[in-house]
Formats: sequence, C-alpha cells, structure tokens
Amino acid sequence: MLITCPYCGPRDVSEYTYQGDGNRARPDAGSTDNQAWNSYVYDRLNIAGEHHEIWQHSGGCRAHLAVSRNTLTHKVSAVAFARDAGHRKSDRHRKSGGAA
Amino acid sequence: MAEYSALSLLKNAFSGNRDWKPAWRKPDPKPSYDVIIVGGGGHGLSTAYYLAKEHGITNVAVLEKGWLGSGNVGRNTTAVRSNYLLPQNIRFYEHSMKMWENLSHDLNYNVMFSQRGVLNIAHTPAQLDDFARRGNAMRHLGADAHLMTPAEMARRVPGLDVSKSARFPIYGGLMQERAGTARHDAVAWGYARGADRRGVDLLENCEVQGFIKDGDRVVGVNTSRGEIRAKKVAVAVAGSTGHVMRMAGVERMPIESHTLQAFVSESLKPFLDTVVTFGMGHFYMSQSDKGGLVYGGDIEGYNSYAQRGNLPIVEEVMSEMLALFPSLAPVRVLRSWGGVCDMSMDGSPIITTGPLPGMYLNCGWCYGGFKATPASGWCFAHTIAKDQPHHFNAPFTLDRFHRGAVIDDKGQGATPRLH
Repeated sequence: MLITCPYCGPRDVSEYTYQGDGNRARPDAGSTDNQAWNSYVYDRLNIAGEHHEIWQHSGGCRAHLAVSRNTLTHKVSAVAFARDAGHRKSDRHRKSGGAA
Repeated sequence: MAEYSALSLLKNAFSGNRDWKPAWRKPDPKPSYDVIIVGGGGHGLSTAYYLAKEHGITNVAVLEKGWLGSGNVGRNTTAVRSNYLLPQNIRFYEHSMKMWENLSHDLNYNVMFSQRGVLNIAHTPAQLDDFARRGNAMRHLGADAHLMTPAEMARRVPGLDVSKSARFPIYGGLMQERAGTARHDAVAWGYARGADRRGVDLLENCEVQGFIKDGDRVVGVNTSRGEIRAKKVAVAVAGSTGHVMRMAGVERMPIESHTLQAFVSESLKPFLDTVVTFGMGHFYMSQSDKGGLVYGGDIEGYNSYAQRGNLPIVEEVMSEMLALFPSLAPVRVLRSWGGVCDMSMDGSPIITTGPLPGMYLNCGWCYGGFKATPASGWCFAHTIAKDQPHHFNAPFTLDRFHRGAVIDDKGQGATPRLH
C-alpha cells in the first residue's frame, strides 16, 4: 500500500503511522458534554468503502495527513494535509501540556 | 455412535466415497422464524446449537452470506486459551475452556482439541513479573498457569533460542497447560451439523441487505433470498459488524474492522508440541498435525474490510519468528491469508440484548474470537432466550464504554490497533 505524501511523494505504508478515523469531531476542550466526549473517544463509523482517516508520515516529513482510502480495496483516492482538510490541530494542546 | 467410524471410512473407500450423505440440509428460507441469527460463522452456529440444545428453541435460521465457515472461523490460527488478567475475562474464557474440554463428545464430532499448552515468553524481568501477576490472577479464579525457567522452556520447545546472545534474551515464561489448539473447520462443521439435526435452518448464500422494522423494533431482514421475519434477530457478524449495524440504523459502534494475517509454512517433521508466543512483539506459532507451522502476528493497524494485508506485517512476523527460532530461516512459507477482525475499544467482546428492540448483538472479538466460540454461543443463546445476559457475559455490554466500565485487559485505551 502506497500513500502519496504531498511533501515527499509516494511512500510505503510502513513509513506512516495510522492516527485513526478522521470522521470524529473532537468536542471543544472546555466542553462538559459527557455524551459528546464518550462518542468522540469510543464510537466509530467504521465504513466499508471510502473512509476518511488521519495518517502521520512519521518515518518522513512527520506531517499529519487527511487520507481518503477504500477499506474494501485499500486504494488511496485523496491525500491532503490534515490542517487544510479542516482537522483541528492538536499542537496547541500538546505544547501547553508538555511532551505528548 | 461415531458416524465417521473406521468401518464406515473403509466401506466408503471401497465404494469410491460416493455414498457419504451431506452433514446438513440445504433448506429454503421460511417466511418467518422465532430467531434469526445473522452470520454463519463459529459464533452464529454455536449460538444456534445452544439455542436448540439448552433452550429448546429450534425454529431458528442462521443466515450466512457466503458458505458456512468461510469467515474467521476458518481463518484463525486455532489457539484456545484462557490466560487473561481481568476477572470478567478469566471467568468467561475459562468457562469456554471447560466447554472445549467436552466439545467433541457433546457434538459427537472430533474437533481435535489438543491441550498442548500455550507458552507466553518473557524477555525482561519486569515482563516476567507481569506474567506472574497474570498467572496468579488466573489461578485465583480456577484457571491453570505456571511459570517456567529458560532451561525448562528449552527442553519443552526445541529450537527456541534461550541463549544470552538471542536478539531478545529470554527470562522465563508463563505456561497454561490446559490451553492448546483445535481444528477450526471441524468446530464450524460440528456445530452446523448439531444445529441442523435439532431443526435449525442453515441458509447459505443468504446475504442480509437490510432490516425490517416496525417503529424502532427489528422484526426481520431483507436478504438476497427474500424477506424473512422473526421475533428476535441476533447479529454475530464479527468484522462486518459496522457494516451490518449501519443497515439497522446504528451509525456508530465502538468497533473498528482491521485485517489480521496468518501464515502456514511447508510441512516439517513434528518438533513443536505447544503454542509459543513472543513477548517483545506480537507473534504466536504452533505446528499443525500436518506438520506446517501455523503462525501470525499483529493486525495491520488501519481500518480494513479487505481480508488481505500488506507486506510490512509479513516482514515483521517473519522477523519475530526468527528472533525466537533462528533455525527456521530456511523454512518456506506455503500460504498466507487475511481475516477481518472486529476490534473493540477495550479489547473485550460485546454479548448483549439490543441495541434496538428485537435485536441481540455479539461482536468485538478482536483477533481472539475462536477460543470463545463455545462460550460465546452458549452465553448469546442464553441472552436471546431469556432476554437477559448470563452472569458470564453480563459485563460485556455495549454501553459499558459510555458508563466508564471498560474491560481493558491490556490497558491500552480506546486505540484498537494496540489491543
């Protein structure tokens, strides 16, 4: 399985770390809505077909990527930087909380 | 008594094996049943068997989209064990172990259950301490376990590199002697035949394409072989859980589907009479009765329904094998395959009523469902028949994640690829 990193080009899946389902919406850090937090942590769409997910090019440029991949065929149809795809950056929280 | 006796084998051999009768019927679907079980794998078939045997509910259909046993019950690496840490898991899997010990008699079908032991190998003193703790937890609840020294392990497992120069030196191991392996296809066939003889309809090539609802209540399914109604609809579809539950209108589940690969080597003379597992990665291996090494490692680690994996895991599994058994380097791989695992968010299963009225759910087996086959079906049948769980499966609810009552044996959190 190859994923084409926008910086580095097509690279083997072994260079990447799977960060999981990209369909989840993280509640605002100040939210006290238990249901929303529980759902964010535990519940998954688990699509059989075109799946939006987050990968990190941990063995390369270390960018977080928003990937569209078919879970029935493993064919990757789209790759973008996660920040451009509207995924919330976690850097801000990590910096304030020390090493993550 | 035995249907496949030496005499009958001999007789049929002389008549060209033309007179064997099919082990189960191929009925057409009836318009309605008391219970429909979606999924004709190990768990679905054993559920049907125990519904009929323990609860006298025989107006039952098992719906399988392919052929019986075409999913994970025929794709696993056949290990059976109950070496868990948490009491909920030990009680459940130990119950399963006890059922395995009598399964061939119960089914009158030789499932070739072989209690050859499962040996977990420790590579650091801390890991050995952890194993001792788990072994104590097991013994405390009636399972068996004992620690082994490297010298004892070297005698028990020829070829195991216990030298100080090993890639990951071995400090000891935790052995469960009553654990072992079983012939996975025979388990499916034995349960199928047992259920069929008690009146259960096994409907192959019958794919569920939607659920029929009366308000919120599930009252049947639309299938590739027509509409079938039932008072109770039970779902036991392992890796397809997310896909099937979405058809019922449940969008999100605490489940991710991941592919697990398995491998068989060419046949070797018997040398390995136990199941060994590696402690510095994820690797397990046994030797089949045909002589092939049966082994596997980690799941692929990304969502997949593909029933096939990729090369990085292949390379990892082979390197782990050689870290334990350097002498196996020249052995050739005969074949490999993949199965789709229903990875739950705490690594433990779900056997419960609901989540919709009229529905019952059995899933979340991660890559350990085979050993649970008897107890899973037994508990699920109880849950379906009584509309409440048996105390063995009472902790394995669907809502435990939102209640904070997770059963996370490895303490990995809601990260399925790490379970």
